[in-house]
Amino acid sequence: MGKFQLITKGLVKENPTFVLLLGMCPTLATTTSAINGMSMGLATLFVLVLSNMAISATAPYIPDKVRIPAYIVIIAAFVTILQFIMQAFTPDIYKTLGLFIPLIVVNCIVLGRAEAFANKNSVVDSACDGIGIGLGFTIALTILGLVRELLGSGSAFGYKFIDGDGILVFVLAPGAFMALAYLIVLFKKLTAKKDE
Amino acid sequence: MIMAVQSSFKNMTLCLFAVCIVSSALLAAVYAVTKEPIEAAEHAKTVSAIAQVVPEFDGEPVSDTIEVAGKKYPYYAVSKGGQPVGYAITTSASGYGGAVTLMVGITADRVIYNTTVLSQAETPGLGAKCTEPEFADQFKNWNPAEKALKVKKDGGDVDAITASTITSRAYALAVETAVMVYDALAGQVPADGVTGATNTEAGTESDAAEAGVMETDKGE
Repeated sequence: MGKFQLITKGLVKENPTFVLLLGMCPTLATTTSAINGMSMGLATLFVLVLSNMAISATAPYIPDKVRIPAYIVIIAAFVTILQFIMQAFTPDIYKTLGLFIPLIVVNCIVLGRAEAFANKNSVVDSACDGIGIGLGFTIALTILGLVRELLGSGSAFGYKFIDGDGILVFVLAPGAFMALAYLIVLFKKLTAKKDE
Repeated sequence: MIMAVQSSFKNMTLCLFAVCIVSSALLAAVYAVTKEPIEAAEHAKTVSAIAQVVPEFDGEPVSDTIEVAGKKYPYYAVSKGGQPVGYAITTSASGYGGAVTLMVGITADRVIYNTTVLSQAETPGLGAKCTEPEFADQFKNWNPAEKALKVKKDGGDVDAITASTITSRAYALAVETAVMVYDALAGQVPADGVTGATNTEAGTESDAAEAGVMETDKGE
């Protein structure tokens, strides 16, 4: 598989949100607006690329029986680094995402890619895989956030274009499930057509 | 896959030890680099919150904490040209989705200058409207001696947010607590003559406030 395909497969064929349905906790919780969804996606992308590279580089030296604790420590280190950086330079976004930044440590996507891909492939391939899956996640979260923001508060990326409130339920938790469900349906329909 | 390293006790211990050492060294380095920007960002946030709730002042706000009715409240004293302008007091009360933490500015003549929400986790579109001027601006230039800091439903003068009485109550309670803290502060500072009177007042108010008031350091 070429490097380009490694990146594109994460966008559509193995999209973590719409196809693999991984990392649902941050997906549902942080997508109250397009900006929030995008920030969460980019934060995960950052951790995913770095942890994929580090794990792929160290995998041959890590005994099989302790690989999971070793991976978790590596991932947690990158997440904490990200947390420090966000706290220092983007305090507003850090405040909005709050608890969900530390929770990237236990995001199934990150550990899943480490187990399924990074520990069996080269550093460069793992970086491409991380970029692909991370971008797929970012795009999915941005779309979901945009849909919820459009319907729920009548704005897009913070620019309001209606007076008053939208359909409030879409900003709340139940709306996350509804919006995600319809987006998955739409995604399946579009990708099914492509295969024919 | 190359799995050259065997899972022997020695290998496993050494490997985890190495991973932990490298990770913590990396974290220590990043922490050292970002420590100052993080403190600067937090300081800027506090200063801008203070500037919002008190009239114009000069110099650095003096930060301190005061214990009133068994609870500690952080506050900032601001002054202009040596004359005290007022206090910015941090208080919180439990709303619908956790603590609603406010910064309340009270001027030297015991009038609330302005309030701002430091943190809240109320329902978006309902309780979260407490951050919007439509609700929050009613506390501007509020004289607690003339108007009661309770929602209208409870016989006070605060206009509650539609369908969010709990949040409105929490907001009013937090502001009321700030007034109580202010009275304790004013009683503590020079004016000795009124100390007795303010203290009794603070006492009764604290009883009413106690039920919903949370310690600020516990807040989110």
